[in-house]
Amino acid sequence: MKKKKFPLTRVILAAVIAFFYLPIVYTVVFSFNSSRSLTHFSGFSLRWYEKMFSSSTTMNAIWMTFVVAILATILSTIIGTITVIGLSKCSRPLRSAVGMINDLPIMNPDIVTAIGLLMFFATMEISKGFVTLLLAHVAFCTPYVMLSITPRLRTLDPNLADAALDLGANPWQALWHAIIPQLMPGIVSGALIAFTMSFDDFVISYFVTGNGVQNISILVYTMSKRINPSINAISTLVIVIITAVLILFNLIPMIRDRAMARRKKEETA
Amino acid sequence: MKQFRSMAYPYVAWISVLIVIPMLLIIAYAFTVEGTAFFQGQFTLANFARFFSDAVFIQVLLRSLRVAILTTIVCLLLGYPAAYAIARAGKRSTFLILVITLPTWINMLVRTYAWVGILQDDGLLNHLLGLFGIGPLQMMYTDFAVVLGMVYNFLPFMILEIHTSLSKMDPSFLEAASDLGANRTQAFLRVTLPMSVPGIVSGITLVFLPAVSSFFIPKLLGGGQYVLIGNVIESQFLTSGNWSFGSALSLIMAIIIMLSMFLTRRLDRNRGIDV
Repeated sequence: MKKKKFPLTRVILAAVIAFFYLPIVYTVVFSFNSSRSLTHFSGFSLRWYEKMFSSSTTMNAIWMTFVVAILATILSTIIGTITVIGLSKCSRPLRSAVGMINDLPIMNPDIVTAIGLLMFFATMEISKGFVTLLLAHVAFCTPYVMLSITPRLRTLDPNLADAALDLGANPWQALWHAIIPQLMPGIVSGALIAFTMSFDDFVISYFVTGNGVQNISILVYTMSKRINPSINAISTLVIVIITAVLILFNLIPMIRDRAMARRKKEETA
Repeated sequence: MKQFRSMAYPYVAWISVLIVIPMLLIIAYAFTVEGTAFFQGQFTLANFARFFSDAVFIQVLLRSLRVAILTTIVCLLLGYPAAYAIARAGKRSTFLILVITLPTWINMLVRTYAWVGILQDDGLLNHLLGLFGIGPLQMMYTDFAVVLGMVYNFLPFMILEIHTSLSKMDPSFLEAASDLGANRTQAFLRVTLPMSVPGIVSGITLVFLPAVSSFFIPKLLGGGQYVLIGNVIESQFLTSGNWSFGSALSLIMAIIIMLSMFLTRRLDRNRGIDV
């Protein structure tokens, strides 16, 4: 059989990759445009960045996005980890019930989760703003964190905790020194998913926030009603931040592995 | 380790409050008279009657379904060959998967807005078409722009799902097929394709579901006149404040999604082979 050098499938893959990256490159390039135009590049300038950094609305939105994303990541990771460990000792019906309920926000369209939360907060007379935004983010992030830790827990030896207890650890020491370290890769990737989900969320935030509290996505949405090149500067900032977070999260395990390898080497030496 | 068991209880309370109650509220409000609270107990089917008796709403629903189906088909046609090429790339496939996943980490709104400049009448795409003597074509505020925006956002899901099922396939099946005299097309149609059905099915679900409910992609690329079911739900809650009708709409949408998911899964059961 003759083997073609560039079969159609590879051409399509290359086209798809170009299709994915073209708009991202376009945004970054036009964030440095000196004119208002989104279609003609008339020269290099930093005016849209100046405009972004001097606008208090924009800076507040960026600040809010970070605060909510970091708090939501910490809270959902802690809640998720504790719950997964607890659930593994619970009865099967309770476990599958929690699993099914967790699937709801994952399987439902975001807009359905969003209006449910909106009506819930309004019925409880919790005024829309930072609190509702944070609660909603923790609510939709935690199921993803649990989804990322559960498979890791399944591979654990169920006797691990008992072994720690036999060796004289109290339950908290067993948890902290025996179980949690084993779950760490799952916890780290769960935290990463939570951070990016929260950082990027638009639909749910848009429905549950109010009183002038807005994140970057909501800001971009409201600004996009007219042609506005400062969006490109904000977008570029988002692209840089997310790329940095991804690199950081991928570096931490690498650095840790290297440190561990070095320690092992010293021990054997 | 029974003492750990109680660690799960706070979360059970938490999801009951923040997941179960909101869902129940949607169902309750969908059957409540407009402008009253559900606990006042005024049961009605008027919200559903209003939807099904108004040609405008039916048209919006049909347009949403058309756009979502079109998006799913385009994603399948582009996603399958792309996933196939990745699965065949050997050592480089991990890297290629990373390349496909990277953009999905960036804010959907940001990525969708990026197309606004490209699709303008004097934008990049029309310039490129101009080189071939075509255009300029009006692209913004058309079905084309909206479907393109959706394909752009959801295609990675399709590629990843199909790639997962293709990479699980044992290559010895293909060797067996060729030993038994099948040519490459036959081997693909009778071995590879049927075995990747589970990936196709979950890919279709992951594309169709967000496509049918999306509201910011039509708003950004279709303009204010371009209304899909998600936009109607948005305006019911954030502009007209009609929770009852908005809830009924989301319930109708959720039922349609569940129904289509059920039908696609049947396709899987009838044709697919569990790998």
